[in-house]
Amino acid sequence: MLAFIIRRIILAIIILILATMLVFFGMRFLPGDPILMVVTANQQQEFNEEYLLELRHQHGLDKPIIVQYFNWAVDILQGDFGTSILTERPVAEEIFRRLPISVHVAGLAFVIGHLLGIPAGVICAIRRGKWLDTVITTLANIGITVPNFWLGIILMYIFGLSLKWLPIMGYTSPFDDFWLSTKQLVMPVICLIIFPLAGVTRQARSSMLDVLHQDYIRTAWSKGLRERVIVIKHALKNGLIPIVTLAGMAVATIIGGGVIIETVFNIPGLGRLAVSSVISQDYPYVQAISLFVAVAVVFANLIVDIAYGWIDPRIRYE
Amino acid sequence: MAKKKFSGIGTQEIAPRVSEFKRFRRVFLSRGLVVFGVVVILIFIIVAIFAPFLAPYDPYMPDLKARLSQPNSTHLLGTDSVGRDTLSRIIHGTRTSLMIGLIVVSVAAIIGMCLGLIAGYLGGWLYQIIMRSVDVVMTFPMILLALVIAAMLGEGIRNVIIALTVGLIPVYARLMCGQVLALKENEYILAEKTIGASNLRIMIGHLIPNALPTLIVVMTMMLGTTVLAEAGLSFLGIGIEPPTPAWGSMVNDGRQYLLTHPVLSFAPGFAIMLLVFAFNMVGDGLRDALDPRLRGLL
Repeated sequence: MLAFIIRRIILAIIILILATMLVFFGMRFLPGDPILMVVTANQQQEFNEEYLLELRHQHGLDKPIIVQYFNWAVDILQGDFGTSILTERPVAEEIFRRLPISVHVAGLAFVIGHLLGIPAGVICAIRRGKWLDTVITTLANIGITVPNFWLGIILMYIFGLSLKWLPIMGYTSPFDDFWLSTKQLVMPVICLIIFPLAGVTRQARSSMLDVLHQDYIRTAWSKGLRERVIVIKHALKNGLIPIVTLAGMAVATIIGGGVIIETVFNIPGLGRLAVSSVISQDYPYVQAISLFVAVAVVFANLIVDIAYGWIDPRIRYE
Repeated sequence: MAKKKFSGIGTQEIAPRVSEFKRFRRVFLSRGLVVFGVVVILIFIIVAIFAPFLAPYDPYMPDLKARLSQPNSTHLLGTDSVGRDTLSRIIHGTRTSLMIGLIVVSVAAIIGMCLGLIAGYLGGWLYQIIMRSVDVVMTFPMILLALVIAAMLGEGIRNVIIALTVGLIPVYARLMCGQVLALKENEYILAEKTIGASNLRIMIGHLIPNALPTLIVVMTMMLGTTVLAEAGLSFLGIGIEPPTPAWGSMVNDGRQYLLTHPVLSFAPGFAIMLLVFAFNMVGDGLRDALDPRLRGLL
């Protein structure tokens, strides 16, 4: 097991390195030039070739790409994420100010989504065909189709503008004002949850339905075990593998959703920074954000792989 | 969920022989929601093809006298901030969404299928290179990857298509690879090899046809995902250039007038949801009819 984990971590690190390379080289090979964006943004009329070269040199963009990547990687290992091309401010400062905000919103969505989704799916499976199952399954089918930004706007209209129950947008740290922070997070979290929640519910339902037909469940019933023991201990644990796989994928889904939802609700997190820095082609920001995204996703996959062995001891890691 | 059980190969002696197509049709159309999905998709396709004839107004034509009019008898869904008819823009937006969805999904499926086939069947270093690249690309959420590519390439429908295709290829490559790895253990493949069939013949003659049902199911479901991703991109203002009607950007444009004219945002969003819902339902139906083993996985 230990050998497996070590091997898996090494593979994860290789994937991370390759993922950062993909972003790094990809951005430089595609058309688009941050230096020109800076010049346009500052509306400098009288720039000449020399000035552009000077700016390029300042940001190390005149060096061969391999050298640029190597310098970047060495700096990252020393905790230096570079400076923004557009604002000239240190990237690390901005990133670490925004990271907790995104983790707060996304973390809440992930935890609440699974705390609701798994029981909902299990209940549907046990009460298959009953009205509760029909209602939840229909809602889940709608949930995986509703565009999250649109849902955000509808919620905003109903609860923010019409009923005035919730603040329309913004973010407050829970340490400053817990009640306001919670109220502001209700709508964004619902929007982020909806897709993973619907997915987990569907998955939990169908994998429970598969398991509930098994012989050992019938045996458990005939032994006279209580329903709760059968459902949780015998059925759910055996149906958990696909649910855990989906939970791993939900991390990427929620991060992707955050990019849009943070923009809709004006939350100053990494997602909104991603959109603005991608549009202004600010390489250092995009590189730093994609590094964090890749770390989160790769780490989630690692946890999922290790969890498989814990859930199902038949899975042996060679 | 369909409760019907189908006769597998082993039970054919007892079950009356039913033609494959009839069986497919029976299972596929057994659920009301699937039929609903088929009808909705057909309507959207007709709307997309005949958009210029169905739209009551020119979707590009501003009418400054009728700016921001509420839904009424002349403008069924009202008009936007420069007086363009919302309904006409939604009808023309159907073209954008459907076209992007269909092109992205088919191109990504073809490229991804080839990559997965090569990786799964030939194995070795090709497997390592292809599947590790897939792992690498999949570390980024599709929307983020498409966002970066589309922003770098600049505006235009073609660039949105490229960005979304790159994001979708790994899904098919991974799926196809898994299918091929399972299929190639079958005895008929060994038999083919024994009689001296070439790799190409095995791939085209056996592996692709056997993996096709699964791919078709996933393609249908990915149509929904792609339409959602495209709407997300245009909502963020990336990709499709402004006068072109696109549902995502219409939702975004309507945001400013949410309090007074909610229909500007609500209507195009509803169109997105309806289309995605229809694709997902048809995907569910196809899955039950073509490859029920996938139930629970997709």
